[in-house]
Amino acid sequence: MREEIITSGRLNPHIDPHLEIWHWQIPLYLFLGGLAAGILFFAALYTIMGKEEKYPGAVRRAPILVPFLLVIGLFALFLDLKHKLFFWQLYTTIKFMSPMSWGAWTLMAITPLSMIWAALHIRDFFPKWDWKYDILKDIETEILKYKVHLAWVMIVLSVILGIYTGILLSAFNARPLWNTSILGPLFLTSGLSAGAATILLFSKSAKERRLFAKIDILLIVIELFLITHLFMGFLASTSVQIDAANLFLGGPYTAPFWIFVVVLGMLIPAGLEIMELRHVKIPHVIPVVLVLFGSLMFRFIIVYAGQMSRWLY
Amino acid sequence: MRYAMAIDTKKCVGCSDCVVACQTENNVPIGYCRDWIVEVTDGTYPQLEIELRSERCNHCDNSPCVRCCPTGASHYEKGGIVTVTHNKCIGCGACISSCPYDARYSHPEGYVDKCTFCIHRIGKGLKPACVAVCPTKCMYFGDLEDPNSEVSLVLKKRKHKTLIPEAGTKPQVYYLI
Amino acid sequence: MNCLVNSSCNDQYSNLMSHNRRDFIKIGAIGSAGLLSAWKMAGASGSLQGGATPSQSSLPNAPFRTATYCEVCFWKCAGWIYKNEEGKIQKIIGNDEDENCNGRLCPRGTGGVGMYYDTDRLKTPLIRVTGADGKQTFREASWDEALDVVAEKLQKIKQEHGAECTALFTHGSGGHYFGNLLKAFGSGNIAAPSYAQCRGPREVAFIATFGAGLDSPEPTDIRDTRCLVLIGSHLGENMHNGQVQEMSDAIDKGATIITVDPRFSTAASKSKFWLPIKPATDMALLLAWIHEIIYNDWYDKKYVEKYTSGFEQLKEHVKNFTPEWAHGITTIDPSVITETARAMRDASPAVIIHPGRHVTWYGDDTQRLRAVAILNALLGSWGRRGGFYLPEKIEVPEFPHPPFPKPAKTWRDAMGGKYALADLALASGVCDATIPNPEMGCNIRAWIVNGTNLIMTLPDEKKTIEAIKNLDLMVVVDTMPMEITGYADVVLPECTYLERWDDLRVVHGRKPNIALRMPATEPLYDTKPAYWIAKKLAEKMGLGDYFKWDKFEDVLEWQLKQIGSSLDEMKRIGVKVFPRESGPLYFEEDMPIEFGTNSGKIELYSTVIAAEGFDAMPVYTEHMTPPPGFFHLNYGRAPMHTFGRTSNNPNLTDLMDENTVWVNPKVAKEWSLKNGLAIYLENQDGIVTDFPVKVRITERIRFDSVYIVHGFGHNNKKLTRAHGKGVSDSQLISRVLIDPIMGGTGMRGNFVTFRIAKESEVKS
Repeated sequence: MREEIITSGRLNPHIDPHLEIWHWQIPLYLFLGGLAAGILFFAALYTIMGKEEKYPGAVRRAPILVPFLLVIGLFALFLDLKHKLFFWQLYTTIKFMSPMSWGAWTLMAITPLSMIWAALHIRDFFPKWDWKYDILKDIETEILKYKVHLAWVMIVLSVILGIYTGILLSAFNARPLWNTSILGPLFLTSGLSAGAATILLFSKSAKERRLFAKIDILLIVIELFLITHLFMGFLASTSVQIDAANLFLGGPYTAPFWIFVVVLGMLIPAGLEIMELRHVKIPHVIPVVLVLFGSLMFRFIIVYAGQMSRWLY
Repeated sequence: MRYAMAIDTKKCVGCSDCVVACQTENNVPIGYCRDWIVEVTDGTYPQLEIELRSERCNHCDNSPCVRCCPTGASHYEKGGIVTVTHNKCIGCGACISSCPYDARYSHPEGYVDKCTFCIHRIGKGLKPACVAVCPTKCMYFGDLEDPNSEVSLVLKKRKHKTLIPEAGTKPQVYYLI
Repeated sequence: MNCLVNSSCNDQYSNLMSHNRRDFIKIGAIGSAGLLSAWKMAGASGSLQGGATPSQSSLPNAPFRTATYCEVCFWKCAGWIYKNEEGKIQKIIGNDEDENCNGRLCPRGTGGVGMYYDTDRLKTPLIRVTGADGKQTFREASWDEALDVVAEKLQKIKQEHGAECTALFTHGSGGHYFGNLLKAFGSGNIAAPSYAQCRGPREVAFIATFGAGLDSPEPTDIRDTRCLVLIGSHLGENMHNGQVQEMSDAIDKGATIITVDPRFSTAASKSKFWLPIKPATDMALLLAWIHEIIYNDWYDKKYVEKYTSGFEQLKEHVKNFTPEWAHGITTIDPSVITETARAMRDASPAVIIHPGRHVTWYGDDTQRLRAVAILNALLGSWGRRGGFYLPEKIEVPEFPHPPFPKPAKTWRDAMGGKYALADLALASGVCDATIPNPEMGCNIRAWIVNGTNLIMTLPDEKKTIEAIKNLDLMVVVDTMPMEITGYADVVLPECTYLERWDDLRVVHGRKPNIALRMPATEPLYDTKPAYWIAKKLAEKMGLGDYFKWDKFEDVLEWQLKQIGSSLDEMKRIGVKVFPRESGPLYFEEDMPIEFGTNSGKIELYSTVIAAEGFDAMPVYTEHMTPPPGFFHLNYGRAPMHTFGRTSNNPNLTDLMDENTVWVNPKVAKEWSLKNGLAIYLENQDGIVTDFPVKVRITERIRFDSVYIVHGFGHNNKKLTRAHGKGVSDSQLISRVLIDPIMGGTGMRGNFVTFRIAKESEVKS
């Protein structure tokens, strides 16, 4: 029998008996960030493609949510900081190797951008909106001239934001479960899927809804593919990564992951969306809620399970 | 200059003096620690072996904690010592998650704390508190680039290993086996 | 007018202060002595002026140090107390000049700061106001009031029963002051559990063999040994600092270590040979080793011939104790017995069959330690490099006091002539003499208990409590609210060793040496040093002449003067090492040696033990084995704790806050025990532990034994960190195997079984 124990010391709170340094704030932030990235991506994409009028739900309406998502996400992130009064130190330096630094700066750029974007389309919600001051009106006119350029910036930032939510975790080789480069694309896809689903809610035309239902189904298929790939990769890797995979294959996170994330968050909404495309009458809010729930759960489970996966002891 | 530590698992009795000496030297709050003792028993009675290790931050050459720190609070000092500047640290926890040795912890005052190789002592020509107190003298500290340092000499003479070298962090705490 | 007086007083005071501050700067260069007084004055001014004081600027910037020696265990390592910039005690570091620690304290010594900072400390004198049911119903009292109660009661006992009906139990430096108090009072009942419950048999055995005991620290020359044999002794888990350090040196030098232990101890893991012996059969192994060494002609012939007596008798005696014979008893392979005996021979005389320290195991302990002594004698290790060196101690004269009266009777009178070979008082004997006994004439009526938690220290808790119930007065002097304080009539809070002066530490060693303990700070709370308490009590009882000094520094200054030092010097250096005067460290060729035995030789055949009617040479006695479903209760120590006295220390509980019961995986499987499962232990007498203990499944323990670390399972709720953590082995030690030779209390004859749940009908 091999017995490996820490005989003294190491009762550090949040570190022992296993890491629990990140709580609900981080997965919530990752979810909101991913969702915001998804919505902005489609808004920018269809603006660039010149299909703003065809898909107003994606370009004009859904992005109104984004500033709120990002502000709540940032607030969650702030709550997670243990040395809060020093948060400004994030903006005194750029650390290229630190995903956290990337994220901080990306958010610094994309949050005001999302606010501008929402402001540009505020009349979709309040048709009688008036900016009151001439200077604001002038700025609006000026920005509108460069809307496509703005969309280009936004699409790049949204992809960075979407991938970043995954890379934040995958950069840690100390946590074998996170330490896979698939996590970046997977979180991006999941964010896009959540974004597409949210657009469905904001979309008023059946045509637009059909498009985003199709997009969402495609994204879910990609996600399932990436998840399969994730596990194949783990199981073909070193013992610590096999152990990490086993958290979901018989370990403590098996039921929550497969039931909440895969079945409720992917298979059922995809099924419902397919049925909808085949004109079966289904309240479209159901698949949307399921996708968002699955996406949130996915981040919670990955963040918590990842902290349980380790090298030693 | 490359500071390193070598710990003789054949002499260590796991008494934990290094742990408490570190706590009093560095005002580590009760309930927290910067170093700790691991005991590994292998075999079946009566064919047994024990390895005792005093563990701490490995002051890696390729430190994931320094890499992932968004503010530069975690950084390399002269001689490769990894330290945290308290008033630059935002307490985001990234470095804690990034350490395969779980050597860091969140200080109750908010910043992240860990072993510093007692950088305040070595500047004065003293050894780290844990090395200075060890009753079995099983710990060696010094400059790896100096071929005549205590640590270089013992590593030349004895078989040794590092912890989780496969994590690629290039740890600088060596265990004599 | 008043105002004027006040302000002039203040002026005077501040003048005094500034004067001192100037002094401090001047004296600073000389030593810490000046620093301390300046510091104290600064501190005092701070408290007088509500903290807003200019003295802050006069505080030394660098932390400074005061000399001390450790009181966390009996090793008494010397060290320095350092304070931080705020003037608070921060850390304790070993004194480089001290042979006991060589500048390296053990974890307990380093964690000694926790004794000072423990907020559960006894804070004020307490007087019992309700029945002696163990429940603490005390009221706070002033020192004057509490000491009056004690003095009155003692005087009453003296008048009614005689002064000899009082006793002192002690462990630590307070023993001297209270001992003198009791002797002056007229009682000789002064006992330390460290004798009959610990090292007593060893002392008697070595005195019988070599004419000299081992004392503390044992003069084992481990650093130069080539073979160290540990029998049940777990160096490294017991942090006998100097010895652990030297064992490490020996490992470095490639010494052979042989460990005999049913448990794979830390020392066993460092050993070339580990002999996983069947518990309670050590004597058979020792006899077989003696047999092998004699019959293979492996003994040191010249040494044996020159220094020993009784060799032929011994040779005849061990004739049949072959390794094959021992194998049947010990389960150790005969070839291993021979091979280890040869390893000892190869190293001879640089070989140590370590006598151990806590040796009260099975009741034949003096004889077992005799076998150890004989083995050392045969290998010629006594007085030889790498064996046992010849220690030397400096004689420090006692501060002058009138001669003590001769007590009319002592605890020995209650023993009916037994245990005549005990060279020190038996704590268990004093306890027995407290229970009414016609032979004694009067039983003991009052106990002063200082620094020893008798409830956990003495075996057979029930008997101890019965004895306590027969007392008219029990005074407990301690720093912590231990179980014993719950039974006290008066509790006197002692300040910790970091806050007080004490006697010089005068221990033997390779070189004679002394160490100073001085306060680093004023005592916290309303606590006082033991010397002060003893002196005040003496004064209240008209015995003030025995404590005829004003300040304790006067005693030290006087004593230091007698040996050519001074308090100032000692404050500066902490430890003073003197040159040897008794001769070389080891025997030299042609050195005539007179051993302190009847024959003047090393007695392989002990005439003194024979004269008392016991076997002159050790014999093997079979000890009980556990009934089915029961396991040997083996107990021991963890390096970060000193028995129960540290189990509430915040720094040390941080390292280890509870004990576990070690169970072999095979046993665990059979009993369906899981790692970390909390269970109760029940002994052969149906006693169930107060608290549950977590199971540790480990290959390190033999299938017929369990192991727990001593000192846990405290039942006193005032110990907020220690209460209910783990179990107390003492509670399970209800079968006591008395050593007929010297009255030691063998504690290893107890067996336990597992209880998954505690049944309400079980009375413990």
